[in-house]
Amino acid sequence: MITRREMLQVSAATAALTAGGANFTRAFAQQRLTQDELLKFDALGNVTLLHVADIHGQLMPVYFREPSVNLGVGEARGQPPHLTGTDFLKRFGIPEKSASAYAMTSENFAALAKSYGKIGGLDRLATVVKKVRAERGDKVLLLDGGDTWQGSLGANSSKGQDMVDCMALLKPDAMTGHWEFTYGEARVNELIKGLGFPFLALNIRDTEWNEPAFEPMKMFERGGVKVAVLGQAFPYTPVANPRWLMPKWSFGIREEEVRAQVDKARKAGAQLVVLLSHNGFDVDRKLASRVAGIDVILTSHTHDALPEAVTVGKTLLIASGSHGKFVSRLDLDVQDGAVKGFRYKLIPLFADAIAPDAEMAAAITKARAPYAKELARVVGQADSLLYRRGNFNGTFDDLICAALLKERDAEIVLSPGFRWGTSVLPGAPITMEDIHNATAITYPQVYRLPMTGARLKDILEDVADNLFNPDPYYQQGGDMVRCGGLGYAIDVGKPVGQRISAMTHLKSGQPIEPMREYTVAGWASVNEGTEGPPVWDLVERYVAAEKTVRIEPNSSVKISGA
Amino acid sequence: MRKLTRRAALAVGASGVALTVVGWGSDARAAAKEAADEVAKFTGGKTAEQGKISIELPEIAENGNTVPLTVSVNAPMTADNYVSDVLVVSEGNPNPGMITFHFTPLSGKAEAQTRIRLAATQNIVVVAKTSGGQFYIGQKQVKVTIGGCGG
Repeated sequence: MITRREMLQVSAATAALTAGGANFTRAFAQQRLTQDELLKFDALGNVTLLHVADIHGQLMPVYFREPSVNLGVGEARGQPPHLTGTDFLKRFGIPEKSASAYAMTSENFAALAKSYGKIGGLDRLATVVKKVRAERGDKVLLLDGGDTWQGSLGANSSKGQDMVDCMALLKPDAMTGHWEFTYGEARVNELIKGLGFPFLALNIRDTEWNEPAFEPMKMFERGGVKVAVLGQAFPYTPVANPRWLMPKWSFGIREEEVRAQVDKARKAGAQLVVLLSHNGFDVDRKLASRVAGIDVILTSHTHDALPEAVTVGKTLLIASGSHGKFVSRLDLDVQDGAVKGFRYKLIPLFADAIAPDAEMAAAITKARAPYAKELARVVGQADSLLYRRGNFNGTFDDLICAALLKERDAEIVLSPGFRWGTSVLPGAPITMEDIHNATAITYPQVYRLPMTGARLKDILEDVADNLFNPDPYYQQGGDMVRCGGLGYAIDVGKPVGQRISAMTHLKSGQPIEPMREYTVAGWASVNEGTEGPPVWDLVERYVAAEKTVRIEPNSSVKISGA
Repeated sequence: MRKLTRRAALAVGASGVALTVVGWGSDARAAAKEAADEVAKFTGGKTAEQGKISIELPEIAENGNTVPLTVSVNAPMTADNYVSDVLVVSEGNPNPGMITFHFTPLSGKAEAQTRIRLAATQNIVVVAKTSGGQFYIGQKQVKVTIGGCGG
């Protein structure tokens, strides 16, 4: 039921849409942002898959700016999801400044955010899930692609408990993971025990005997169809994140194992085979071209939101976005063990249009209560848009780099190219919630170390190859490491060792000298025993001192070869 | 079919597969040329055909000091047609020769599992010799990264 407050919000949003007509295109003015319109779906077939992924600890609606730079290399060059801005809009026939344009691209983000408001929230998601279940009955599977338990103050402080408790109300049918593992093996096992649904990961084995460490697959019956759901955790968790947090688990793409599990599922009578994957889009696209028999890959990890399914051979790839902004609905007509037809919609959860589910809203309030005061604490003001997503830099990372340069008295800062982290609009207060949304990890220590110029070059080359290796199986799916005080040029088309040049110490304007040692500060080191203050403390201190944060456009990375 | 586990591999080892693990040599990286020389020594200069070899290695190593490796060769393993020797060569370690697995028809299948140490990103080359004197070759690249910026 819609509360009076919500009704007022909806009417306010509608008013903004029509009243703002003078400033916007006709297409924009014609947008009807109502719950019915957002959920409208011409049902098809006998199975409905609902997919969410990469929620990253966000219980509440958020602002999240999609990337303006998201380069593809090799065969992925210029292909979805490697389209941004107007190229993305043109490719998918989305009108500029429309609600969909705001939800899926970075175009006019700050201005449109003021009209369309926040997106997401598990209470809005709950409303949609309940509606679809009411409509489709026993045909529905709800699958969570992982990166659900991490990414906020509440998630980090409760070691994932707040997310587990709230997600439980949605009654997912299965999940897989990535950042979940950074709570450590004991905690992950403890949380999985209480889930009430399987945590699937066919690609994790124990390091001692090389034997399966998780359930690989679960067979369901939906709409009279036997559906096999295979789970694939992020293959490079112990490489991209600290291995010491999961010393007994070994990951990997394990293409052979995927093939074996698909065959096993088919032999067991599966008429529909679904891979619930945290591989990242390009890895899944390659996997789909090499492993036969997968009907649907529910992709995640690279945070892509695509309004259409991508087809590789007979396999459908679905990309459902991140931070709880979207839920994917895929209706399938499965006959005689084959998909005869499908219909797909990426549903944006506009918070002002979709009514919150009361039960979930209450659970969220309860989960946030222990941290409510800290979350709301204002430490400064944003004078320009703060966001993270993008291959090379984001203004929130520029802020973190500036904070670490100052607070740790460093010459150069390295900040990880994570793809999670919410946005702060110009003119809005910067709260501790915002800061934790960009930094909440279990290994937040800010180190301060001498590094030679040669070592810095090695690091940039190494990370660049994780992003731009033309073979997706060698990509890790993060963005480029962010640099403070250091500029460079990158030719993304070159092989490893040859991409990075013109490294410059920005303060002095001098070239980086290979043999000279520089004082480097950074966070999210994968090494055990890293010492230093937590990154959120330093960002808080810096913002509090600055009072108003204005980040100018970053021109310190020169890109070529794209 | 179930993958050979380490336990099973040890059991197989006890029943006839002998492992020759070659240790570390000088600090200098073996050039691809040295690796090619090692292969040529094994094949006696004969050309090895691509195929029949399956190499299970991670694309990116989690820990370069101990990388799980499974090699298997598609062969009938009958008295008159079997794989007798499988050589594993590194293109990026100080010493190119890593391991040679020896099989007999009684091995049942030409499959073995071990762990290898990788100094840097490199190709691992596997060459199999059959009882008929034919050679097969396969390779896979393993990346050894500094790590830590994904997500």
